[in-house]
Amino acid sequence: MKIIEANGLDCREINEAVRQSDGVCEIRGCLGQRFIAAGAGENFRLTVRGVPGNALGAYLNGAEIYTEGNAQDAVGDTMNAGRIVVNGSIGDAAGYAMRGGMILVRGSAGYRAGIHMKAYREKLPVMVIGGRTGSFLGEYQAGGVIVVLGLHDDGKDIVGNFPCTGMHGGRLFLRSRCERIRFPKQVHTHLASDAEKQELQTYLTPFCEAFGYSLETLLDADYTVVTPDSKNPYRQMYVAN
Amino acid sequence: MKPLEGQVRIPSGCAISAVIAKDGARMSGRTVIESMKPMHERSNGLGGGFAGYGIYPEYRDLYALHLFYQDRESRRQGEELLRESFEVVQAEDIPIRKIPAITDIPIIKRYFVAPLQSLLSRLQLDEEEFVVRTVMRINTTLDGAYVFSSGKNMGTFKAVGFPEDVGVFYRLEEYEGYSWTAHGRYPTNTPGWWGGAHPFTLLDRSVVHNGEISSYDANRRFIEMFGYQCTLQTDTEVITYIADYLMRRKGLSASETASVVAAPFWSTIERKEPEEREKLTWLRTVFSSLLITGPFSIVLGYTGGLMALNDRLKLRSMVVGEKGEKVYIASEEAAIRAMEPEAENIWAPAGGEPVIVQVKEGAF
Repeated sequence: MKIIEANGLDCREINEAVRQSDGVCEIRGCLGQRFIAAGAGENFRLTVRGVPGNALGAYLNGAEIYTEGNAQDAVGDTMNAGRIVVNGSIGDAAGYAMRGGMILVRGSAGYRAGIHMKAYREKLPVMVIGGRTGSFLGEYQAGGVIVVLGLHDDGKDIVGNFPCTGMHGGRLFLRSRCERIRFPKQVHTHLASDAEKQELQTYLTPFCEAFGYSLETLLDADYTVVTPDSKNPYRQMYVAN
Repeated sequence: MKPLEGQVRIPSGCAISAVIAKDGARMSGRTVIESMKPMHERSNGLGGGFAGYGIYPEYRDLYALHLFYQDRESRRQGEELLRESFEVVQAEDIPIRKIPAITDIPIIKRYFVAPLQSLLSRLQLDEEEFVVRTVMRINTTLDGAYVFSSGKNMGTFKAVGFPEDVGVFYRLEEYEGYSWTAHGRYPTNTPGWWGGAHPFTLLDRSVVHNGEISSYDANRRFIEMFGYQCTLQTDTEVITYIADYLMRRKGLSASETASVVAAPFWSTIERKEPEEREKLTWLRTVFSSLLITGPFSIVLGYTGGLMALNDRLKLRSMVVGEKGEKVYIASEEAAIRAMEPEAENIWAPAGGEPVIVQVKEGAF
């Protein structure tokens, strides 16, 4: 394993050091350097200590990234494949337009998590947030799966205002009955069926493995599933049709 | 001649940060300069600046006016006008350090002044209103002279350059304050110039801002009815005047001011408790022209405290952390860690949710 001391290095130098390694690296003392592991492929396994800058794992293409603490904005921006595990909380716009791979977060996410996520053929992006999320969760979501578990303890709602604004594809699983949450008109909500919970296991198993939760405990709750009304998604956007 | 702000459009990011000691303990400017280093890429070298509070205790009862002059003639005119309006207790150059990173330096002066009592009684104005009017008069009528700081026991320092260089240029490690704000500029619409760097200050209220105000002209037209003149040709200036109008002239608190400029959506107001709903409705209705739309994160500094605020859609990032009696605010967590590696309770306020930090009564 290669140890990269980030102090004094900019993002280009860090990424160059990663590329020059045999693939397994630990970046220490990170302080706001952006684009770490951008575009990294399957051979790379990174551990990040300190605070990685914005767009951690942008365009990720198969690599695995583990972050010891928090990460900032735009984690996994446009990622295509791979896995990002954050053992803290993350900032705004996580998984922006991601179309594959997995983002697992122990803590909470900021605004606009999963904005414009999309799926394509065999590609299905998945994001699992342990705590809560800010407003505009799944904004313009076009595909993929977002799971929010609500394991936070600050008393706030599992999701902020205006979730699913402009959502027209994909699904959301919220570990709550969501009685206080107002969803927009163009989405449907229902409580997860047994079959859906079965599917949920696929997403929760890696989360439990990463952070040491029990799958049974997490599954033993009501989940609200949100899907877009895709029968006529543009109805009344401009005129009634 | 180089184009000025407003004559050219350059399509941004910016960096803001702040630190405040709730116990009033004074910190050198070095801490806040450190915060700007990990956010280097959020600026492009066209503007950096700082505001420090509690930095002039020896002149605490005098207004500290910081001025840029383009040339000797504007300085002559500026000083003439100052002498007509104020008792000038001290006039000096603001100490700078010559460094290659900062060039095209204007004449930078500092005056500690008291308004002439005879003028105040003749004009029937209170001190603060008189200072505001004089600042506006200099900035609008004297070509090449700009007052960029005008509060008591505080000062703004700004220049064209990267913020970490601007801090070295102004020797901020030699000042000690209980509260500091900082800004790294990445001009959105216009070229950078010295007067256009942040913070924008009127009396003791200063604003650092990351974002772009979509409602600028609506806000400007409203605020100009009350004697404020937007002369620095960049949008942030208007936030400073809005804060002065709402807080000083209308007597609103910091959180009420936040409910005006980042008023919650009607759908959010609808869901509040009756008393709160009535208040929010009143504020949003009476001051509807002061709603600021478009993306922003700002830190508003004032004597004894500061307020951090995001636009209600939260289109810009902002993080808050704490350690002991100190509270840190920045565009990125990395900036907070640069000031205090052991910072705790890191959290991101929601859009439109003000974070107000007051220094304990009597501690500054």
